[in-house]
Amino acid sequence: MDTLLPIEDRGGPAQPLLLATGLRKHFPVAGGLLGRTTKVVRAVDDLTLSVAKGETLGVVGESGCGKSTVARLLIRLIKPDKGTMVLDGDPVDEPHGITVNELRRQVQMVFQDSYASLNPRLTIAETLAFAPRAHGLPAAEARERVRDLLSKVGLDPANYATRYPHELSGGQRQRVNIARALALRPRLIILDEAVSALDKSVEAQVLNMLVDLKTELDLTYVFISHDLNVVQYLSDRVLVMYLGKIVELGPVEAIYGDPQHPYTRALLSARPSMDPRKRTREAPIQGDPPNPIDPPSGCRFRTRCPFAEDVCARHEPLLAQAGAQAVACHMRVAGSGHSKAVAA
Amino acid sequence: MALQSPSLDVGGAVLVTPKPTAGGRGYWQSVGRRLRRDPVTLICAAILILLVLASLAAPYLNLADPYKTSMLRRLHPIGSPNHWLGTDELGRDMFARLIYGGRLSLFMGVTPVVCALLIGGSLGILAGFVGGKTNMAIMRIMDVFYAFPSVLLAISLSGAMGAGTENTLLSLTLVFIPPICRVSESVTTQVRGFDFVDAAKASGASSFTIVRVHVLGNVLGPILVYATSLISVAIILAAGLSFLGLGVKPPEPEWGLMLNTLRQAIYVNPVLAALPGVMIFVTSICFNLMSDGLRAAMDVKA
Repeated sequence: MDTLLPIEDRGGPAQPLLLATGLRKHFPVAGGLLGRTTKVVRAVDDLTLSVAKGETLGVVGESGCGKSTVARLLIRLIKPDKGTMVLDGDPVDEPHGITVNELRRQVQMVFQDSYASLNPRLTIAETLAFAPRAHGLPAAEARERVRDLLSKVGLDPANYATRYPHELSGGQRQRVNIARALALRPRLIILDEAVSALDKSVEAQVLNMLVDLKTELDLTYVFISHDLNVVQYLSDRVLVMYLGKIVELGPVEAIYGDPQHPYTRALLSARPSMDPRKRTREAPIQGDPPNPIDPPSGCRFRTRCPFAEDVCARHEPLLAQAGAQAVACHMRVAGSGHSKAVAA
Repeated sequence: MALQSPSLDVGGAVLVTPKPTAGGRGYWQSVGRRLRRDPVTLICAAILILLVLASLAAPYLNLADPYKTSMLRRLHPIGSPNHWLGTDELGRDMFARLIYGGRLSLFMGVTPVVCALLIGGSLGILAGFVGGKTNMAIMRIMDVFYAFPSVLLAISLSGAMGAGTENTLLSLTLVFIPPICRVSESVTTQVRGFDFVDAAKASGASSFTIVRVHVLGNVLGPILVYATSLISVAIILAAGLSFLGLGVKPPEPEWGLMLNTLRQAIYVNPVLAALPGVMIFVTSICFNLMSDGLRAAMDVKA
């Protein structure tokens, strides 16, 4: 009997597969005498998101905005300081819920660095068999599963099972990483910059494979990337992050077609144009994001926002529905006190 | 859409062409191949194997009795009939004593390192893998031992516990635990930072399984190489303790002790008096060069 069957859906299609509420992670910065914690990096601050069954949620943002921390929080590689997670109706790591290990059986992750995420001392077959074996799958069945996984990601089992990671190309290694993420037959896969390090042509192949696998295996993706084009291609909904906070969240057409937050607009206009006559002459936003150790008061984007006013420094804007998407900006809230605020 | 690759429609299958050099080569095979091309390491290994074999087989080699003294044959020079390496200050055959001395000296060099490797290695891997407060506790305790120079620590421990083989082994083991622990901790911390360990954690495997499958294979090489280089230090320290009268007791043949007893003969027959020192030197330099060679061979850039 196969001991590692895919997990049945429980809550029905309307129940979110993963619901994270108020996730917070502050990393202590050791400093001062005897390494006491004097400061914290506010990597992720009160982040609430839900992932619907079968969708692809894209997460975009600049480097250092907390995208990878979100990924690691969702799979509990790091423990959140605060916040709850519910997987298909089951609270995670709570008395009446499921354990972190049960969460990891259903949620898997693909890392960016295809080389560092494979053990150089193990063959591809050993790497792929590790998780099923650790979950008690007999050796013969694990071998069978490895063959199956390799063919699923387009690698010939006869040729690749006995190879070592350094004998594969970057694209092949990332296919192996995807195969490993599939090994436990999860429902949700978090792809943390999974294709960012690949050549454009290889990237396209792997992306198409991901799309096919999603349909074939009934998967849900959280796709984290800094590449706006790739996110647009793959996602159903998009979440824009800035300095550990959500600034805009909504359907992909709305975010790309009618961005509401000044940061989202700036990000989208910073995309290189394919038309040389429409070349961007000026950087839409200047400078680097502020230090997350001491984020600006109120709206965290205000230091780089062309529309910043007093109210932005005083009050933190909350996510509010604006059109098809939710936006965290005072300009989109009637009566917020911002001179450009929409009429009530 | 910027994904205008010609292979967009290829989907998941086929597009991967196998490399011409099919068939995986293991890491240890490539290490072996590099070692075979390194004559210095091979010669050192050969000398050490010869020494170990000679020590093990000493009772069957038809040697002269290493304990039999003779007042008439004291300090015969090298090349004397029947005693081709001469005789010591009590007329005992030098060749037999050097071979028999190797038994104790090698044993006293290897045993403490092996014991320290088991204890210090486990502690270091534990500290490195768990991190946090556990790491702090283990490593700060090691730092306390580090505060003493190793020779001083060995001498004071042996002095406190009294002379004798067991006490020497015990004190040398204690001396070598901190450095091995520190090296193990640093390589483990490094390996723990790799994504494949995170991926293994995300697979829900137990910490023990992760350490066994993913950590050990990657840290054991550097730790073993480092431990090999410590064997020579252990031999020298053990010899030093014996020389000071804190280690092996006479009339046991042991290189350090022989050096001590022969030092009265240094004006009469200096070459003879230096022989045990030559043995210590050759053995430790062989261990050192071999560990260097191993380190180079294992440093495979994939």
